[in-house]
Amino acid sequence: MTAPILAIENLTIGLPIGGDRANAVEGVSLAVNPGEILCVVGESGSGKSMTASAVMGLLPKGLPVRSGRILFEGNDLLALSPEAFRRLRGVRLGMVFQEPMTALNPLMRVGDQIGEAFRVHGERGDVRAKVLALLEDVRLPDPPSIIDAYPFRLSGGQRQRVMIAMALALGPSVLIADEPTTALDVTTQMQILRLIRGLQKDRGTGVLFITHDFGVVAEIADRVAVMQHGRVVEQGEARAVLDAPQHPYTKALIAAVPHGRVRPAEAAHADTVLKVAGVAKSFRRGGGLFRRGTPVAAVADAAFSLKKGETLGLVGESGSGKSTLARCVVKLVTPDEGQVLFHGTDLLPLGRGAMQPYRSRIQMVFQDPYASLNPRRRVGDIIAEGPVTHGVPREQARARARDLLALVQLDPGAMDRFPHEFSGGQRQRIGIARALALEPELLIADEPVSALDVSVQAQILALLDEIRTRLGLTMLFITHDLRVAAQVCDRIAVMQRGRIVEMGPTAEVFGAPRHAYTRELLDAIPGKAWTPPLEAA
Amino acid sequence: MSFWKRFARNIGALVGLAILVLVGLMAVLAPVLFPFSPWEMRGIPFMGPGEAGFLLGSDSLGRDVAAGIAHGALVSFLVGGVSTVAALALGVTLGAVAGYGGGWIDDAIMRFTEFFQTIPSFVLAVVLVAIFTPSITSIVVAIAVVSWPPVTRVVRAEFLSLRSREFVQAAEVLGRGPIAIMFTEILPNALSPIIVLASLMVATAILLESSLSFLGLGDPNLMSWGFMIGSGRSVIRIAWWMSVFPGVAIFLTVLALNLVGEGLNDALNPRLARRRGTLPA
Repeated sequence: MTAPILAIENLTIGLPIGGDRANAVEGVSLAVNPGEILCVVGESGSGKSMTASAVMGLLPKGLPVRSGRILFEGNDLLALSPEAFRRLRGVRLGMVFQEPMTALNPLMRVGDQIGEAFRVHGERGDVRAKVLALLEDVRLPDPPSIIDAYPFRLSGGQRQRVMIAMALALGPSVLIADEPTTALDVTTQMQILRLIRGLQKDRGTGVLFITHDFGVVAEIADRVAVMQHGRVVEQGEARAVLDAPQHPYTKALIAAVPHGRVRPAEAAHADTVLKVAGVAKSFRRGGGLFRRGTPVAAVADAAFSLKKGETLGLVGESGSGKSTLARCVVKLVTPDEGQVLFHGTDLLPLGRGAMQPYRSRIQMVFQDPYASLNPRRRVGDIIAEGPVTHGVPREQARARARDLLALVQLDPGAMDRFPHEFSGGQRQRIGIARALALEPELLIADEPVSALDVSVQAQILALLDEIRTRLGLTMLFITHDLRVAAQVCDRIAVMQRGRIVEMGPTAEVFGAPRHAYTRELLDAIPGKAWTPPLEAA
Repeated sequence: MSFWKRFARNIGALVGLAILVLVGLMAVLAPVLFPFSPWEMRGIPFMGPGEAGFLLGSDSLGRDVAAGIAHGALVSFLVGGVSTVAALALGVTLGAVAGYGGGWIDDAIMRFTEFFQTIPSFVLAVVLVAIFTPSITSIVVAIAVVSWPPVTRVVRAEFLSLRSREFVQAAEVLGRGPIAIMFTEILPNALSPIIVLASLMVATAILLESSLSFLGLGDPNLMSWGFMIGSGRSVIRIAWWMSVFPGVAIFLTVLALNLVGEGLNDALNPRLARRRGTLPA
C-alpha cells in the first residue's frame, strides 16, 4: 500500500465556550490514499463538514485548531503560511460544495468561472480550449454553448458538474466533496456519483467524500469513516463496515437506514375515503399588469383513490407536482379543475364555512419541522389550537394536548416550552401531535422525514406507522425517497412532470415497474445493490 | 442570550436609553421643577444663561427658557407617541391585509399607499394642520397621516414572506380564520421590524411637530420646542440661548431615539448584528 496522499492526524478543533460540547472535532485521524474514495459519514452535528473545512483552511474564525496535523503531500497544511496555502488550494486540492445553486457567481459566464481557476494560478495558453475539454470531461451536453451560458440557465445537476469541473481544473491530487449530491434529485444524484467515480478512476485522484447517506456510501466508497459527536467511531473497508458494523453507533445508524423491503400489503377496507378525479393546476410564470404569464402545469389530470386504512405513496422528484397535488386535497392550493371527493362530497366548491367540518377530518404533517411550528407560540397552544378553533373548551383541548404529547413520546413538560427548544425530530413529533389533535380520518404527510437525520427518520417512521395502525388512519404519504415509500406504503403512485405515470401495489411497482420513468427512479436509488444487514441492531 | 443582554452590549443604545429616561423624567417632573406656566413672565427679558436666576436665560418677554424646555418635553413626547401609535394602527392593519390578502386587495392598498407617498409629507402635514386649525389633535392627526405608508410597506413585506411559511399553512389546514391567522400567527413574528420602525417614527414625529411649531402651526396653548426656536429666530444674534437650548433638546432626543432604534434592531436581529460587528461571535 502506498503512503496516503492526505493524512489527518489527531485533529482537534475547539468550539467556542457555551457550545454543546468542548470540541467540534476531537482526535480525528483519517487518511486518503491516491485513487481512493474515503467517505466520512455522520449525522448533522457530527463534525464531518468541519473536518473538510479544516483541510481546505476554511474554518470559521473563532474555531481554533487545538492540536493535530493535516499532512498533504508531505506538508503540514496547518503550519503553512496563508500565501503558501493559497497556492496549494485549487491547484492541488479541489473542493465541491453542497449547494450548487449558490456556489456559482450568477453574473459570470460558466466558462469564465472555470477559466478563472487557471488564471488565478498563473496558467497561460489556450484557457478556453482547456475549459472546453473539462466541460467535456464532466459530460455536460454541448460544451461550446454551455461555456458562454450564465449559471441561471443550468439545472442543479449541471451546476454541480460545473463545480466539479472547477474543482478539477488544475488536476488536484485530492478532491474534497462536502455533501455534493444532497441538494439534488435521485436520478441526478446517481449521475453525479457515477461522474465522480469515473473521473476519480481516470485521474487517480484521492477523494474525501462527506455524506450522511449510507446509500451513497454503498454506491461509491472504497473506505468509510463513521463520525459521531466529533469523533471517528469506526473506520474500515466499505464492504466490511456496511455489512458487519462493529461499533454500536454504526450498527444503530445502519439499522435506521430505510431498508426498502416492501411492507406486506394489508387487506384493504371497502370504504373509499378519498377520491381525486381529473385534478389539474397550473401556475403562471412571468407576466404583468397587461400581459398574462405563460402557464406551467404543476399537476395535470391527476386521479387516485384511497380506501379506509390504506397508505398511498406519492413518489417523484422535485417539481413533479406531488406536493401541489397534496395541497390541492387540503385546499391550500385551489385546483383549476377536477374533483376532490371526500366520502363522496366534493370539497372544491365548498366555501370557508362549509369546509370547516371537513378541516378537522383531513390533517397534514409538513416537511420542514423548523418552519412548520410558529416560533412565537408555546407547544401546548400550538397543539390545542386546532380543537379550540373547532369549539372544544380550552381546558379540555389542553388536556388532550398533554395526552397527545405522550402518544408521540414527548414529555408533558413540553407544553409550556417554545419550539426552538426542541430538536428537529422532536419538532416533527409536535407537528404530528398537532395534526392528530383534531382526530382526523385522513392524514397527509408531505415529506415528513426528509429534513431529518437517518436515526431520527427511522423513529418518526415507526411512530407514524404505530399511530396509523392504532387509530386506523388513512394516509397519503409524499416522499422522494423510494426506500421510505416501499417501507410505509400499501400502494404507490409515481409522478413525473405533474402526471401520475404509474400506480399500483407497492410490491408490483417495485418488482415489475411498467413505466420507463419508474425504472429510471428505481435504478437511481443509491446503493441499491446493498441491503442493510437485518441483524445490524 | 436574553434580549436585554443583547441590547446592553450596544453602548450607543444604552446612552440613548439614558438620555430618553432623563428627558422623560424632565417631562414628568416639569410641574414640580417649574411650578408655573411656561408662558408666564418671570423677570427681565434677554437675560443670558445663569443671569438673574434664569438657568438657561430668558426670552424676549422675560419667560424662562428652561421652564419652556421642560414643559415642551411633554408636548414632544405626547405628539411623538400618540401619532406613532395612530400611524402604526393604520399602517399595520393595511399592511397586514395587503400582505395576507394578496391579489387585487394588495394592488388596491399599495396604490393607495403610493398615492400618499408621492406627496411630500411635510407639505401635506402643513396643509392638513392649516385646514383643520392648529391644535394638538390636528397636529397628531396630520403627523399620523403622513407617517403610516412606510409601516404599511414593511408590514406587507413581512406578511408576504411569512404567509407562505408552513406554520401558516398548518393553521389554515386546522381551519383557523384569516383574522386569527393574521393576528395570532403572523403578526407576532413580524413584530421585530415594526418595533424598530416605531422607535424611529417617534423621532421623526418629534421633528415634524417641531417644524410645524417653528412655522407657527403649533398648538397656541402649549409650549413646544419648535415654537421656542421659531420665536427666538429673529433675535438669534442678541439672544442665542433662546434658539440653541431648545435645539439641543430636539437634537438629543432625536439622536437618543435613533440610537435606541439601532440597539433594538441589533437585539432583535442578532444574526445581522453579528455580521455588522457590533457583537463578538
